[in-house]
Amino acid sequence: MMWRSPLARVRDALRGQKVREKDLRNLVSNLPYEGLDKWKQPNRYFPGNSIKTSKYTLLLFIPMNLFEQFHRLANLYFVGLAILNFVPVVNAFQPEVALIPICVILCLTAMKDAWEDFRRYQSDKRLNSMPCLIYSRKVKQFVERYWKDVRVGDFVKVVCNEIVPADLLLLHTSDPNGVCHIETANLDGETNLKQRRVVPGVCITDPEFEAESFNSIVVCEKPNINLNHFKCYVEKPDKDKVGAGIENLLLRGCTVRNTDHAVGFVVYAGHETKAMLNNNGPRYKRSKQERRLNIDVMFCVILLLTMCLVGALGHYLWLQTLPGLPPYLVPHSNGHLDSPSLSSFYMFFTMIILLQVLIPISLYVSIELVKIAQIFFITNDIDLYDEETDSQIQCRALNITEDLGQIEYIFTDKTGTLTENKMVFRRCSIMGTEYPHKENAIRQAVLTEPDSDEEVIFTQAPQALQTQWSLDSDDVNRKDTMHHHGSRRKVPGTAHSDVAFSSPLETEVTPDKKLLQQISGAESTSVSRKIDAYLDFFLALAICNTVVVSMATAQRQRAAGHLHSFQTNNPLNPLSSFVRTVSSLRRSLTSYQRKSKRNRTISVDSSIEEDHFNPPVKLEGSGGNTGAQTCSLHVPRSSSEPAVTPDMVCYEAESPDEAALVYAAKAYGFILLGRTPDSVTVRLPSGEDLRFEVLDTLTFDSNRKRMSVLVRHPISKEYVLYTKGADYAIMELLGTPYAERLKGNQKNIAADTQQHLDYYAKEGLRTLCIAKKVLSGREYESWSADRHRALAAIENREQLIMDTAVQIETNLTLLGATGIEDRLQENVPDTITALREAGIQVWVLTGDKPETAVNIGYACRLLEEEDLVINMSCKNKLTCTSILDCTLEEVRRYVADPRNVDTTPDISLVIDGRTLAMTLSSDLQERFVELAKHCRSVLCCRVTPLQKSAVVKIIREKLKVMTLAVGDGANDVNMIQAADVGIGISGQEGMQAVMMSDFAISRFKHLKKLLLVHGHWCNSRLANMIIYFFYKNTANVNLLFWYQFFCGFTATAMIDYWLMIFFNLFFTSAPPIMFGILDKDISAEMLLGVPELYRTGQGSGEYRFSTFWVSMLDAFYQSLVCFFIPYLAYRGSDMDIFSFGTPVNTISLFTILLHLSIEIKAWTVVHWVIMLGSVALYFIVTLAYSAICVTCNAYWTLQSQMVDPMFYLVCIITTVVALLPRYTFHVLKNSIAPSPLEQARHLDRMDPITRDQWIKEWRSFRGGGQVKRSGLSVPPSPTLGTSVEAYPPSPTASEITGDEFTLNVISENYNRPVHT
Amino acid sequence: MMASTYNAKDEDGHITVAGPGGGTLRSRKPENTAFKQQRLPAWQPILTAGTVLPAFFVIGLIFIPIGIGLYVTSNNIKEFEIDYTGVDMSSPCFNCSQNFSWNSTRPCTCSIPFYLDQPYESNVFMYYGLSNFYQNHRRYVKSRDDSQLNGDSEALTKPSKECEPYAFHDNKPIAPCGAIANSMFNDSLELFYNDPNGTKVQIHLMKTGIAWWTDKHVKFRNPGGNNPNLTVAFQGTTKPVNWRKPVYELDSDQENDGFINEDFIVWMRTAALPTFRKLYRIIQKKKDMVLTLPRGNYTLEVVYNYPVRSFEGRKRMILSTISWMGGKNPFLGIAYITVGSVCFFLGVVLLIIHHKYGNRNNSADISN
Repeated sequence: MMWRSPLARVRDALRGQKVREKDLRNLVSNLPYEGLDKWKQPNRYFPGNSIKTSKYTLLLFIPMNLFEQFHRLANLYFVGLAILNFVPVVNAFQPEVALIPICVILCLTAMKDAWEDFRRYQSDKRLNSMPCLIYSRKVKQFVERYWKDVRVGDFVKVVCNEIVPADLLLLHTSDPNGVCHIETANLDGETNLKQRRVVPGVCITDPEFEAESFNSIVVCEKPNINLNHFKCYVEKPDKDKVGAGIENLLLRGCTVRNTDHAVGFVVYAGHETKAMLNNNGPRYKRSKQERRLNIDVMFCVILLLTMCLVGALGHYLWLQTLPGLPPYLVPHSNGHLDSPSLSSFYMFFTMIILLQVLIPISLYVSIELVKIAQIFFITNDIDLYDEETDSQIQCRALNITEDLGQIEYIFTDKTGTLTENKMVFRRCSIMGTEYPHKENAIRQAVLTEPDSDEEVIFTQAPQALQTQWSLDSDDVNRKDTMHHHGSRRKVPGTAHSDVAFSSPLETEVTPDKKLLQQISGAESTSVSRKIDAYLDFFLALAICNTVVVSMATAQRQRAAGHLHSFQTNNPLNPLSSFVRTVSSLRRSLTSYQRKSKRNRTISVDSSIEEDHFNPPVKLEGSGGNTGAQTCSLHVPRSSSEPAVTPDMVCYEAESPDEAALVYAAKAYGFILLGRTPDSVTVRLPSGEDLRFEVLDTLTFDSNRKRMSVLVRHPISKEYVLYTKGADYAIMELLGTPYAERLKGNQKNIAADTQQHLDYYAKEGLRTLCIAKKVLSGREYESWSADRHRALAAIENREQLIMDTAVQIETNLTLLGATGIEDRLQENVPDTITALREAGIQVWVLTGDKPETAVNIGYACRLLEEEDLVINMSCKNKLTCTSILDCTLEEVRRYVADPRNVDTTPDISLVIDGRTLAMTLSSDLQERFVELAKHCRSVLCCRVTPLQKSAVVKIIREKLKVMTLAVGDGANDVNMIQAADVGIGISGQEGMQAVMMSDFAISRFKHLKKLLLVHGHWCNSRLANMIIYFFYKNTANVNLLFWYQFFCGFTATAMIDYWLMIFFNLFFTSAPPIMFGILDKDISAEMLLGVPELYRTGQGSGEYRFSTFWVSMLDAFYQSLVCFFIPYLAYRGSDMDIFSFGTPVNTISLFTILLHLSIEIKAWTVVHWVIMLGSVALYFIVTLAYSAICVTCNAYWTLQSQMVDPMFYLVCIITTVVALLPRYTFHVLKNSIAPSPLEQARHLDRMDPITRDQWIKEWRSFRGGGQVKRSGLSVPPSPTLGTSVEAYPPSPTASEITGDEFTLNVISENYNRPVHT
Repeated sequence: MMASTYNAKDEDGHITVAGPGGGTLRSRKPENTAFKQQRLPAWQPILTAGTVLPAFFVIGLIFIPIGIGLYVTSNNIKEFEIDYTGVDMSSPCFNCSQNFSWNSTRPCTCSIPFYLDQPYESNVFMYYGLSNFYQNHRRYVKSRDDSQLNGDSEALTKPSKECEPYAFHDNKPIAPCGAIANSMFNDSLELFYNDPNGTKVQIHLMKTGIAWWTDKHVKFRNPGGNNPNLTVAFQGTTKPVNWRKPVYELDSDQENDGFINEDFIVWMRTAALPTFRKLYRIIQKKKDMVLTLPRGNYTLEVVYNYPVRSFEGRKRMILSTISWMGGKNPFLGIAYITVGSVCFFLGVVLLIIHHKYGNRNNSADISN
């Protein structure tokens, strides 16, 4: 290394700082500089790829860790006290001893930190030394290096199933289309394959990548945390800029799949990678109890200061009354005494040292321990384990377990949370004609028979299976057959979480006969095959999506160096993919029947080939055969025939709706065969393959609520835009009618479709509208220029891209609509009923239409038949205000009505997003909240993610209640973060919600046990433990305080200092922790059986202001007893200080422990061991200590006391007197006015059969018709269809959308919900 | 990876690379054990009138007899107390109490006559009592060096800092150092029985056996091991400032001299409360005599050394017999009787409550 002047180094460092801070970074290839000194490297300012997440180094561990620890206030208090001990004037007994507690706590924490840091260090080391391939100019090829050697500007090659070592800008892949598939499970838990594309036109895609020819400059933004956005452009030597985005970026931590190899340019390395920036460890939230606790600690501080002040004052007065210079006043070394005022000033501090235990510092440590144990128990609960996905509950926030027991409001998402988010295509409407798909419905009904799914599969269609086996036997190898048998056995715990559909039949659609005829008719009749709406409709279904096609046989091979993700590593993956194969085999039965020829190859479709007069150069030769190409890379058997049959096709969709639509299209013969960034290949029912050139994809976003794909029709050469989206988003954009001949019909079609859509919504189906638009060449040209500009922009790029999308999505032609069913998850109605009985208000916030939401509301018993449903939707603020006032008035009257006193006011509110936005404005907020307070349930429809979180925030702040938000998708993240407790459901929609949540569950029903049982337990355990802790410390410390009145307030302790410290550190620390971990006031069965018990925890629960002060008063009383009975018994005797302290200390121990045993509700073996162990420990340690330490004050005191019968007599009577009031109080309360909890405990002791009987009786008594009603309103199968039949058909669509506002308040006849 | 179970804090969102067996077939299903599922068999006591009734009666029934026993025992203890501070002009010790100096060489004596109206049968314990003497003052309690008292030669010459300012005098270490030793009670009390026939019989007072055995034999040791010559052992040290003679001249008896002098040991066990008594002497019951102290007139001869006027203290001499429960104190007996009665009463109240409400519990319903 050459010598450089220090100044140059400093300058260099400063410049590096500036370069790193700049908004844009210019990166160039490292290759020309290879082998040069570090300071000549152009990319030297950017961090390398080695990571270091460990906080400490070996040498600096102690000072750094201490520094870290002293950031905590509690520790500072401790240290402050320890220092105070060393101040000579305060006359501490043994300053060194005062260090013990703080040292113990610091050491424990340091050990924990060191262990964690060591683990981090090891994992860093392992990561840094993972192998990877970096291009080297010297060797002229990729050489194997380690991850830590990767630098910004390097070219890195990743092969299949390897993990990407840094954020790479994709330049080259083995795939001829420049596509690389990645799995981002390690980043966001999503297991579906995602496509990434090479930056177009930067590297000429030779078969081999030439790194040295790369001479462009990569300009990218500063590293940021957003995993889904990346802005960058590549400036070629000829100043041509090519935009690149997240679709060109391979993120560190992703796994390359289905792609042989890919080469990328390192843009971010090490800590600047998006994956590392997203690493922010577990979340820290403060629970409500903790906030209360801090207030009470403040009270303790005030109490302590008061006591010290009393001591100081007392000391002053005592000194004042002394007539002379008594021999017991010890002067200073210089022989004179302090003045009374000065010495009482010092006394104040001495008192603080003496009474320091009053501040329960150990409480914080204990709470942490207790919470860890609580989380242990929650995660290990077998009832919260989901067999299907093999996932436990995850506790991501470590310190809000007790908040689970205080929830008053639950805000839940609908799709994926209440429902399965397993979409099944149910109905569709094309050009205003409805196709009910009855056959499909019948089949689905059979399927939903519980517990017989698998059997059904194989009993239902054995014939079909066998036929297919014989037909396609060459496609199915032996291995698959074995898997087949495996699947028949129905392995328990079989996990298929990789794709949206766990059961093959869920994807299957039985086509509607009428529609099939229509299609075949259209196919045969339409001359040019380009203007038929039916064909267009299905083409749109097949094309307008982002579904990735993979081959079922191309099983994803997991590499040996497999990444651990929290998501289950699915060992049965091949099996599930095989199940898919089987299903597609069966499906092909229907679609193949019409096929003239089997094993048709795609590339030789002459009609397409001929039409290719202007294909992109780079795709030449590959034709539409991408599917086969990718496939052949990984199909184990080296098949020479590139045949792609639909059987092998397997769809990987980011959202289940899309997959459902693609499968539906497939059922009608429109089979999506392959998708590359530039093309989509679809097989038509006629067996012909069409390859559409994809000009652009306007991806879905929640503002537009639609997505579009712009393709060029291979036959007609038209530029066609297919759009699908929410009905209201599409309906607004309709323009020209479909075709000339249908002129004037368009409006009709729209109206008819709207009617069908409303009907679908009533049935609880999710609706989507499909539309198309044909663009002229000129239109396209101008638009694409805009688009190109927007894509290359770095500033304000999202906005620009969206603008271009909006620009083109106008004047659409409606093709039709689809209805997709999303079934309710199991036990959702039960869970909601239980939560409501537990006094929790449940709100549903959904993006769906009001009709859909209301239906789901009824199906999951959020709304009851006789509820009063208020439907609010208005278009302007004025009406909104009046409607709100009016409703509020009505509701108040309703509630105040004496006829309704006995009945619970079952008012429900349905409100849509637009109205909600108005009501949430600051002037209407109060009224809305007031109204919502009266409502039993609230449904908010068509709300945006931001509105979701706004609702949560407002309710939380205005009503000062504990809120819980539960959701499964990215759109729920805001809400989850806004609520006190955020729960993510690890469902079908990726893992964003789970990542941001405090707890992640796999099914909605788990919420019941999580809240009702664990929430209650955690809450009551922790509350009781905290109260007990305060009591314990106060009771113990006050003994010393009372003694001050008899020693001239000189801060003398009658207990040996060591024993005093041991008392808190060992003798009485384990029982309360055990109490906080294991105490079980009521059994889980009882809590689940009687959800009302949950109400005891709501509000402030068991840890209230009053309970705190009652226990403090009790502590004062007990300490008075514990001090004054021995005092009176030994007064005037020849008792010495420490002999007097011994019985007092022993009494204190017994009182404290027996007090706890009054509070313990259930004694298990652990309880006995710890309680008796504590007593034994006290005696053993004290006896040993006072026998061994000859020069100690306590020498032989306990021994001499223990041979004195008076000791036992004093101990017994004092303990009895101290505990008598609390004991009697408990007895009287339990006998005369038992609380619900105590009654439940009574029941708990009965044998299970009697208890269940009792619960049943009690419920029927209390709920009246409720139980009966549940039998009616909940159909045996939780599908939506059945419950909807009873629902009155809606009048017309216009009444919902057209009116200025609608308001339905039914005060007289509220027996059924009325909609207008 | 970023999502984690509760303990994955350690991982901190790392991409953790497992070994070759990464994707083994291990279910995450929690173990179905009683402990993990929180189903440990438990005893669930519920405190209701019915269940605790026996406890209250049992406590009442046990406590009341104990209390009576204690009360009777306490009452049987004979105790005689005489204040000889000399505050009143009429008191024989008035003169002595007036002029005082710690280092007075001329002893002031006074004698106080008293009459015992009850004979003392068994061993009689003679105490001196001090009032308003805060032996439990924080700094006073600390002002001693236990190592020195334990015979540590190092500590003998270099007393602990705790002894300050009574650690050195004239640059010589004080033995025993500290304020406690310095303020040792130094009155001499002697008891004479005035025989009805006029003769004054001195009653033999036992000096030993008044300290704890462990104190005398373990905690307190003279320096220099078994060296019989204490003067040599204590060479180089000086007596506490207020003392009139050095520690090795406390008693002529070798076994009761120096640090193991029992009067000294008793004094060093600092009293818990400002009004206390300390055992001074024991009057042993003689074998031939029926009574240790017969009824009659006695004289207490006091060599008045100890000043108490500076803190308005009082000095008392106490004669007491003791029982298994120590000295006379009726409190505990009364307390037991009271608590026993209260428990019994509560038991009765609970019985009534149990009758009124007891059956309701079985058919109770949970009201909110």
